[in-house]
Amino acid sequence: MDYFFTEEQQFMRDVAKEIAEKKIRPVAAHYDETGEFPWPEVKAMAEADLFRVFIDEKYEGMSGGTPITNMCIVTEELSKACGGISLAFAATGLGTMPILISGSEEQKEKYLPRIASGTLAAFALTEANAGSDASGIQTRAVEDGDSFILNGTKQWITNGGEAEIYTVFAVTDPDRGARGVSAFIVEKDTPGFTFGKKEDKLGIRASATRELIFQDCRIPAENMLGRRGTGFFTAMKTFDMSRPGVGAQALGIAQGALDLAVQYSRQRKQFGQPISSFQGLRFMLADMAMKVEAARALIYSVARWLDKCEPKKAAMYSAMAKCFASDTAMEVTVNALQVFGGYGYMKEYPIEKYMRDAKITQIYEGTNQIQRDEIGRGLIAAAAQGN
Amino acid sequence: MMKIVVCIKQVPQTTEVKIDPETHTLIREGVDSQINPFDLYALEEGVRVKERLEAEGEQSVVIALSMGPPQAEEALREAISLGADEGILLSDRAFAGSDTWATSYALAKAIQKIEPQLVFCGMQAIDGDTGQVGPGIAVHLDYGQAAYVAKIESLDKRKIVVKRLLENGYETVAVRLPAVLTVVKEINEPRTPSLRGKMNAKKAEIPIWKAADIGAPEDKIGLLGSPTQVIKVFCPPRREGGEKWSGEAPELADKLAELLKEMEVI
Amino acid sequence: MSIRVIKDKCNGCTLCERVCPQGGITIVDKLATIAVEKCNFCGACVSACRFRAITIEIDKQPKEDLTQYKDVWVFGEQWRGKIAPVVFELINAGRQLADARSSKLAVIVLGNNLDEAAAELSDYPVDKIFLYESPELEDYDPERYSRVLADLCRELKPEIVLAGATTTGRSFLSGVAIRLYTGLTADCTGLSIGEDGLLHQVRPAFGGNIMAEIVCPYTRPQMATVRHKVIPVSPKSSDGKKPEVIRLTPKPQLFQSRSEILDFVERVDGHVNIVEADVIVSGGRGIQDPSNFALLEELADALGGAVGASRAAVDAGWIPYAHQVGQTGKTVCPKLYIACGISGAVQHLAGMSSSDTIIAINKDPNAPIFQVADYGIVGDCLEIVPLLTKKIAAMRGRT
Repeated sequence: MDYFFTEEQQFMRDVAKEIAEKKIRPVAAHYDETGEFPWPEVKAMAEADLFRVFIDEKYEGMSGGTPITNMCIVTEELSKACGGISLAFAATGLGTMPILISGSEEQKEKYLPRIASGTLAAFALTEANAGSDASGIQTRAVEDGDSFILNGTKQWITNGGEAEIYTVFAVTDPDRGARGVSAFIVEKDTPGFTFGKKEDKLGIRASATRELIFQDCRIPAENMLGRRGTGFFTAMKTFDMSRPGVGAQALGIAQGALDLAVQYSRQRKQFGQPISSFQGLRFMLADMAMKVEAARALIYSVARWLDKCEPKKAAMYSAMAKCFASDTAMEVTVNALQVFGGYGYMKEYPIEKYMRDAKITQIYEGTNQIQRDEIGRGLIAAAAQGN
Repeated sequence: MMKIVVCIKQVPQTTEVKIDPETHTLIREGVDSQINPFDLYALEEGVRVKERLEAEGEQSVVIALSMGPPQAEEALREAISLGADEGILLSDRAFAGSDTWATSYALAKAIQKIEPQLVFCGMQAIDGDTGQVGPGIAVHLDYGQAAYVAKIESLDKRKIVVKRLLENGYETVAVRLPAVLTVVKEINEPRTPSLRGKMNAKKAEIPIWKAADIGAPEDKIGLLGSPTQVIKVFCPPRREGGEKWSGEAPELADKLAELLKEMEVI
Repeated sequence: MSIRVIKDKCNGCTLCERVCPQGGITIVDKLATIAVEKCNFCGACVSACRFRAITIEIDKQPKEDLTQYKDVWVFGEQWRGKIAPVVFELINAGRQLADARSSKLAVIVLGNNLDEAAAELSDYPVDKIFLYESPELEDYDPERYSRVLADLCRELKPEIVLAGATTTGRSFLSGVAIRLYTGLTADCTGLSIGEDGLLHQVRPAFGGNIMAEIVCPYTRPQMATVRHKVIPVSPKSSDGKKPEVIRLTPKPQLFQSRSEILDFVERVDGHVNIVEADVIVSGGRGIQDPSNFALLEELADALGGAVGASRAAVDAGWIPYAHQVGQTGKTVCPKLYIACGISGAVQHLAGMSSSDTIIAINKDPNAPIFQVADYGIVGDCLEIVPLLTKKIAAMRGRT
């Protein structure tokens, strides 16, 4: 199907696809096993200018005014080959959003060109006691002259330890609740900023997930993003803009799994014929394909809307894109594995990795329960206003 | 400023080569083309030399050159998306039917017009499989040459030091510029196209040089300029599969050993 | 140049119409009609026509009297005084060609201190051995070698020159052909003298998908390179006659070169060069892990052979590129090729399908390699290969 991407967007898709097939797919199983960080592949992505797609031309980017759609296109293609390696790219996009949303001109000029040329970024909000309830974060940022001193620990941060640029959310005014949180840019190697151990995960194992530990970490006051106390607003707006991207990651994983299942069904012969000739199997593939295409249509519709309008009511729809695509990915990968039968269960075959990789997309960047809550509340609010 | 020329050839995707069973000639319609895979390594090396020089504050330009029919322009645009700065297409009906002598002559005349210090070629083309054009260009131009280059050790204004891959080892040789190098796969890992590359490729103006533009006389190009002539093209006898065995590993190993004994390999 | 259809021979069968890439031929009243302005003289129609009804006339004449050129030369490639194995195969072909032309066969050796090399050659049915010795020629240099050989050809006028398609042969012979304005055909698999007295050169193209027959009608010498192990080694002389050894006078003015050899490092891994090997045991992705190449090495050692690899194994970093067999690797034609865990992609087959015997071991019964293997074994090579190596050792133990 044609989503009528612009020529530049088609280039982005083609460039990402070529890297996915030539550079990522051959090594995906290796990184899944070792859990090493895929620096050579990140370098290839950077050299291909992929990190420029979500950054404006003014800051050495190539977004052409459609950063969200571009990010989704690239993330989808990369994720078809490996949902873990693609995350080095996608999570950098997430980590950059707060700068795009709330950054001053100076901050944008300082950090965006670096990211555009491939310096990795990371988004740090979650803590041990603050997952779905993000307002429960306890990392403190205390003003001290022309600096802030950070203390606290962030948990499960994607690209943690590998990224150079971190957008960190901390409490500046404990008695103001949600309005007491501010966002900061913290660079790696700042004294007082260290990392915990790398997590050993079920899936997306090529992605680095680490704790960030702040112990009397002093950062310049000019590293605050936006006005003091607007951290939560920045975080929520970030999610609105980035959820289609998570959806795109899930979509890529789903499509990759579906493609493998279709190919396998044509080769595998039982009862004297390829299993693709059995109606029951074709129905399975059809159900998978319908959901994948629906997810795709939803993601790119929302992405286009966000790029064109930056609407205030985006939250509900972004949530739909992420929730639907990730639930689809989980369902599709499980069924794709089923198509492979016994071989699907063996690590020798690539399909089980897709199933393991898909699961996280239902959890991070807001669990699908939080997404549903968002959607439900959005519906009710809209009805209350007589819409 | 250092000028680097990379010679590329557009060839069919060999997985798709089909022979018409009646005419015994290649079916060319509907067959996709690609840049000769070995030329991608040559192009990558040319671009890497440029990047290394840039890092040292030296300007250089990489020019992709191809002799072919008008559709070879695609290959030149692809070369630009992979880092070449410019592309030039040598295309003229007069070049048709060229063998390696006439091809290397035409390319040499074009290169003479450009006056580069370095020329990179792939080891051989996967359709012709001769490997003769690169060294031929060097002799036409009276440039230095090194074939089967697996690594560039150093480069300065006067010479280039390279490692050549021979059957029995590696030879390090210094060649005075200007020089033609043919490269082997071991030399690098070609990049994939970049976004800026694709945009440049789309915008690029690719001049077409004809025989007159390079001052090539009629008797040195095309069919007239080719000392060799193909008088027949045919399908090789196709190899067919033979016996197929299956069973338990130990039995199969024993059976194989017996076969090897019969073949007098053991 | 002109192209025409011979009316009497054409029956309008449309084969030519179909192959013309320019769409320049139409059949009108059962006669092929060529639109000359569209024709680029590619010759596809000439090849296609079964009735030889189309001819292309090239207005070309030899620029000199070609009858002055006589004799067949074989380039005696040598490395540190020892003649390269391919030369003894070329002598076989060269002898047959010289006999067919009622002329002589000579081996021309460039280098320094070549007495031992000459001695190696003198047991073979060669009429003359030319030795061109000079310290500057001790190591191969593309400029010096091509100038010298071109000069010798101009002076001594051989009709045919054959050389091995080695890294040396393939890199400097082209220069000789350029300097002499003559034709060179690479990687010939067949060489014979045709009824027209010309050297007919048959070679593969498109990775072996098609064969082309080539001649060099208007210039001399007719030059060809041949890969190692394509032609059988020449038998030794049976008549006790020894070749005449002629020492040529070197001309230092031909020795300028832009190259200077700084160093040579021999490959130390101890395994036979795959291009030379009679037996190759090759591994692909199906061997699962790079460490399993050790199993293939053991089998190769037991059989006195070399280890090869598919592109997938090389790209995965499991084994160096020097072992890669295939379209973008090396082309080999050993007596026996054992493919382990190799699926048989077209590009791999291009590099090994002319092996005498192919044995394939693969778990997947549908692997394409089974379509060309003489013996296809459906099984796990990781189990079968070590058992086979053991069995071979046991068999040797007994005898």
